[in-house]
Amino acid sequence: MARREQTRDTALERYFDVAMPGPETPIGDVPMLAMDMETTGLDEQRHAIVSIGVVPFDLRRIRLAERRYWIVRPPRPLNERSITFHHITHSEIEQAPDLDDVLDELLAVMAGRIVVVHYRHIERTFLDAAVKARRGEGIHFPVIDTMSLEARLHRQPLWARFRRWLGRPPASIRLPDSRTRYGLPPYQAHHALIDALATAELLQAQIAHHYRPETPLSEVWN
Amino acid sequence: MQAELLEVRQHMAQYPPFEQLSDDLLDELAGQVEVGYFQAETDIYRHGDAVEYLHYIRSGAIDLYRRNGDLYNRLSEGDIFGQFDLLRDQRVRFPARAIEDTLIYFIPHAVFQHLCEADDSFADFVEVERPRLEATVDQQRKGHEMLVTKVRKLASRAPVMVESEATVQEAAQRMGGHNASSVLVLAAPQASDDAHAFSYGEGQRRRMVGILTDHDLRNRVLAEGLPASTQVGQLINERPITIQSDESVYEAMLRMLRNNIHHLPVLHRRRPIGVLHLSDIVRYETNSSLYLVDNIFRQPNVESLAAMKSDVRAAFVRMVTEDDNSQMVGSSLSSIGRAFTRRLLELAEEELGPPPVPYCFMALGSMARNEQSIVTDQDNALVLDDRFDPQQHDAYFLALAQRVSDGLAACGYSYCKGDIMATNPRWRQPLKVWQQYFRDWIDDPSAERLLHSSIFFDLDSVYGEEVFAERLQDLVAERASQRPRFLAAMARNALNRTPPLGFFRTFVMEKDGEQNNTINLKRRGTAPLVDLIRVHALACGSRAQNSFERLEEINKTRLLAGHSGERIRYALEFIAMVRIRHQVIDIQEEREPDNNIEPENVSDNERHNLKDAFQVLSNAQKFLRFRYPMPSNKR
Repeated sequence: MARREQTRDTALERYFDVAMPGPETPIGDVPMLAMDMETTGLDEQRHAIVSIGVVPFDLRRIRLAERRYWIVRPPRPLNERSITFHHITHSEIEQAPDLDDVLDELLAVMAGRIVVVHYRHIERTFLDAAVKARRGEGIHFPVIDTMSLEARLHRQPLWARFRRWLGRPPASIRLPDSRTRYGLPPYQAHHALIDALATAELLQAQIAHHYRPETPLSEVWN
Repeated sequence: MQAELLEVRQHMAQYPPFEQLSDDLLDELAGQVEVGYFQAETDIYRHGDAVEYLHYIRSGAIDLYRRNGDLYNRLSEGDIFGQFDLLRDQRVRFPARAIEDTLIYFIPHAVFQHLCEADDSFADFVEVERPRLEATVDQQRKGHEMLVTKVRKLASRAPVMVESEATVQEAAQRMGGHNASSVLVLAAPQASDDAHAFSYGEGQRRRMVGILTDHDLRNRVLAEGLPASTQVGQLINERPITIQSDESVYEAMLRMLRNNIHHLPVLHRRRPIGVLHLSDIVRYETNSSLYLVDNIFRQPNVESLAAMKSDVRAAFVRMVTEDDNSQMVGSSLSSIGRAFTRRLLELAEEELGPPPVPYCFMALGSMARNEQSIVTDQDNALVLDDRFDPQQHDAYFLALAQRVSDGLAACGYSYCKGDIMATNPRWRQPLKVWQQYFRDWIDDPSAERLLHSSIFFDLDSVYGEEVFAERLQDLVAERASQRPRFLAAMARNALNRTPPLGFFRTFVMEKDGEQNNTINLKRRGTAPLVDLIRVHALACGSRAQNSFERLEEINKTRLLAGHSGERIRYALEFIAMVRIRHQVIDIQEEREPDNNIEPENVSDNERHNLKDAFQVLSNAQKFLRFRYPMPSNKR
């Protein structure tokens, strides 16, 4: 609540108004939002978001009908034409709105949902920085990171040491490789919406194989 | 902004029934899909659950079960399930379980309905499944063909239609011109009943407002003294009772009886596609093979039996067009053949008096295997009681054999060219002689001696003392498996007929590089398969006669490696079915059916599968040569 009192932005106010599931909530009851972004680089201070894909889901169903996808124009013009994006043309980016114009909609779909990403350090930090730059205050939100769930399983010291002992390379925890372990089909990578869908499917698979619907949220979030 | 979901859409676009949807519909569909993951060995849904979705398997595999736990169907990537439950009562009939890690696309009911309405071929695909599924579900119902046969099979002629402004005279002329006993009456739809309208001609909408029959012209026009200029519309006062094209013949019959009508317009959704007349149903019933067999036993003489030849062909054509498999067609035709034989024997006994000693009339070859085709000759023999005395009794049995053989020839079962018929004294012998024949063949074999007697290793009783035939079957089953030289000789003969080397769009490539433009599918396909299956069956001591049953028994042993038994079954079924389908085409085009097909009449799909099937045969023959070598002559 404290955070809500401090905000002066109405969209953020509305976001904080919707209660988030608490740490004890069984994962099977948690409304979630798979999210993926494409950015111009890895540093949130120097680089910017160019596209955002989100898909609402829960453990039972991923609801594609409620998906959202935005292309946004970075605040500084892209001086390097060499940067290529897999599914977006430079002219699409030039004609796209600023993130500020889609932020209210984004916050509205995020409200009440736990964000699920593959590698939390991109989405969380970029969104925090972008919101701070535009609304004067940042946003910090709980996420479930499918990559760190995968790392827990495959990069635990004992297991990792065992693999090293066998002379095996460490198991890849990249999104496509992680999906393969659960029998999930290959998708063309690097489209924010498809990657968000791929992440949602991965989380369903991880919970099905290694957890239970009753597992409390606190065991899987970061 | 809602992005296209290319990943989802492109996958679905590869598989029926989605492959034929327009791009717009596909985009719409992909955007409405819900996705769910199921770990291997978990339930997707259980019996009685509510069904709210059509299910599409994006990856993985699932099993559908019957309520008693038996496997009903196994599906994998690109398959759909649940459509039947959605169309029916929206309760799960076949519980589904993931057998691999599986990703399911759930297509909401409303989207499914929308697709059915927006795309006829989609609707056909999901609805066509319905009767077929029903057929498999209810075993008892299966026997009752009227319940599973769709009305559209019977209503093959386009309906004669007139506008309601037409005069009764014009209507009568149209009916006369088309030799039809009824005409459908059309009118422009009113705004209120657009739901009943269909598009007609160039962008016009019409609805069917009534039907006018011969009966109406007599009773409501002539008898009432109405002028020929009366408008058809004036005679029509209610929307007629109709039936949908995918409903069953049984339902059509019920509807006629309940409403006391003889004409039933058949609609595909709202469009009339034909008119079913009571006589169509009667004729249909008459064609059924059960009826045929029953009818055979009621024929008083050979002439009336011979007159049923065309009924047999009609029944054959219908079985094949109703997608029966080769096993069902083969066993139905064999039942019919057996019925002819039995009836001929009954008639002969009536004439000649009771037999002086017991006998067994034996079928050999395809009839014994229950694999008879429409192109077949007669192979039969008489096994007589051991008290048989040729001086005293043979005149009777010769006369009996002669009557049956001539009768069969009259009914379309031509005389055996190899003279393997009971009319040949060699094949009209007491049991002890037959036992000696078999012992000689098995114990002292040579490929040459067996060349013409392999047909005796498919034998079954048709009439009389069944036990005689069983004794011979037992002898073969017990003795043959112990005689490597016999098996080797049989195997050698099973390699005489080989599949073609290649099968191309317009010709068949033979081993010597020669090109043929026709191929005998029996000689080059089914017969060598049947031959090699027989050798394995003899080797494992099987008593089965039918090739598919033999394969099942062979597969219980370790005679064939891995899946090769399954492949042989597939190859036999496929080649047999192509042969059967081409015979149906011959009959439909009023040619005498034969075992030949011309490559240019084979579809791409058939050719592709035929190549595979010939390859299976070729590999199976290689294995046969290796498995049953001729033992060295030293001992």
